Amino acid sequence: MSGPVRLETRGLDALYGDFAAVKDVSLRFPANRVHALIGPSGCGKSTFLRTLNRMHETVPGAWIKGQVLLDGEDVYARGVSPIQLRRRVGMVFQKPTPFPFMSIADNVAAGLRIDRSLDKSRIAEIVERSLRRAALWDEVKDRLGASAMGLSGGQQQRLCLARSIAPEPEVILLDEPTASLDPQGTQRIEELVFELKEEFTIVIVTHNMQQAARVSDTTTFFYLGAMVEHGETKQIFTAPREERTEAYITGRFG
Amino acid sequence: MGNPSTPPDLRSDASSGSLVGSARGDALFKWLLIAAACTIPALLLALLYELSSGAWPALSKFGLEFIVSGTWDPVAGIFGAWPAIFGTLLTSLLALAMAVPLSLGVAIYLTEFAPVAIRRPVATVIELLAAIPSVVYGLWGIFVLIPFLTTSIFPWLEANLGFLPIFRGPIYGPSVLAASLILTVMIVPFIMSVSREVLLAVPSGQREAALALGATRWEAVSTAIVPYAKSGIIGAVILGLGRALGETMAVTMLIGNRHEVAASLFAPGYSMAAVIANEFADAAGGPIHESALIYMALLLFAVTVVVNAAARLLIWRVSKGRGGR
Repeated sequence: MSGPVRLETRGLDALYGDFAAVKDVSLRFPANRVHALIGPSGCGKSTFLRTLNRMHETVPGAWIKGQVLLDGEDVYARGVSPIQLRRRVGMVFQKPTPFPFMSIADNVAAGLRIDRSLDKSRIAEIVERSLRRAALWDEVKDRLGASAMGLSGGQQQRLCLARSIAPEPEVILLDEPTASLDPQGTQRIEELVFELKEEFTIVIVTHNMQQAARVSDTTTFFYLGAMVEHGETKQIFTAPREERTEAYITGRFG
Repeated sequence: MGNPSTPPDLRSDASSGSLVGSARGDALFKWLLIAAACTIPALLLALLYELSSGAWPALSKFGLEFIVSGTWDPVAGIFGAWPAIFGTLLTSLLALAMAVPLSLGVAIYLTEFAPVAIRRPVATVIELLAAIPSVVYGLWGIFVLIPFLTTSIFPWLEANLGFLPIFRGPIYGPSVLAASLILTVMIVPFIMSVSREVLLAVPSGQREAALALGATRWEAVSTAIVPYAKSGIIGAVILGLGRALGETMAVTMLIGNRHEVAASLFAPGYSMAAVIANEFADAAGGPIHESALIYMALLLFAVTVVVNAAARLLIWRVSKGRGGR
């Protein structure tokens, strides 16, 4: 039932100096599915996520051991540009990060302008399509030139989603994308995640187990930097194999 | 609320008298603060009044002609401030033109690119430059900078860029360019230090968002971080300009002190602050000379107020352009 493997890690350690935040994680993420990473705070799930688009290494002192493969190609191999990688693996953060000095349209186009020399009408097309895919178009189509800071938190986060899908990545990484949103905003994002897996492979870090259960196809439980259990979401939440997984999802710790 | 009976332990703690006392203390404190807050504007008004009344004889005699006239002749009692105004504006703008790229470059390097271990130490060393008294800069300018300029930099400029009038003419040493260079060194720490603070205050989410979109580090700086910090950086530049406009000692020691507008940057000139400092002690031209100097002080005051007001307006307009913050 799973398609080709889009992302894979092999024996991945993620370190800050001497401290290993992620230890020996080997995982496969098939294409066009939603993969949830769950676990208590500090379990390394966000750090793991950040190794997938090489954002981890932008922190001073951070480095990795092991391999991350995108479509079978080692993204940490010599000669691979993290810049090119990040155009294929987009990311949305916990707090909405629109560029406050840019208009709504310019925010969506930010990732397009950085590299390619697209003409204006093509950019406008992509902006509209991305906003439609992020279910934001109807709310902002009359004020594309207005500042992005006039949007609500949930709208800002959908704007960031539109921005990250505009350059047509293959994978979207979501780092607790609803942590700062109200229930309504959270629901919109969750619906979107469900729709967007048609076109993208999605890896989502979440604190919220109901969210993981609602939106994801597979779930991985992290604890103390190690992968404890990985499997179909249904199996993880109904019949966990590991005792620690069960303890966490039933709310006994974390 | 809603419970009429007073809990007994409250009464035992504080008598009603002390409650009244504390309210009085608040009122006293409030008036003290109001008085303190009024002192500064009052001082400013007093200063303005003193300057205006002191400048009145010259103001009524020369009028606005004072600003555009180039003659400064204490013996004949004829005064025109244009060369000094020109010198002040020229040296300050030249210093700004050199200091802004340098300071911004250093600030960006220290916040984004430098190894973490050297960021603070280097910033501290640069900030220490601001603590050096300006007379020391002046001495250094006379004994180190000017000899170096006259033997190597100025001849090179004349040989290679001498087709421009600004790099032509006899090389004396003390000159508009030397004063501008010392001003540059003096304002770099201010602009660098404030820009650095402003850049540090940019949320890391902005940098991360740009990087995650596939920006290079330089693109993240130029498209996300610097635009976010723009109004603060403008503020930093204005702070540097304000300092350059009013700087007196080091400029006096290096500018050559001649009431003259020359095309060449190698030529000596004058600045408003330098004229006042040099001539006030013995205003040989009598009361009108003294009044002319106060008039010049009033103009310097006006120039700095106008520059600062323009800067505020600029910052206000830049920050109004975006909804946040």
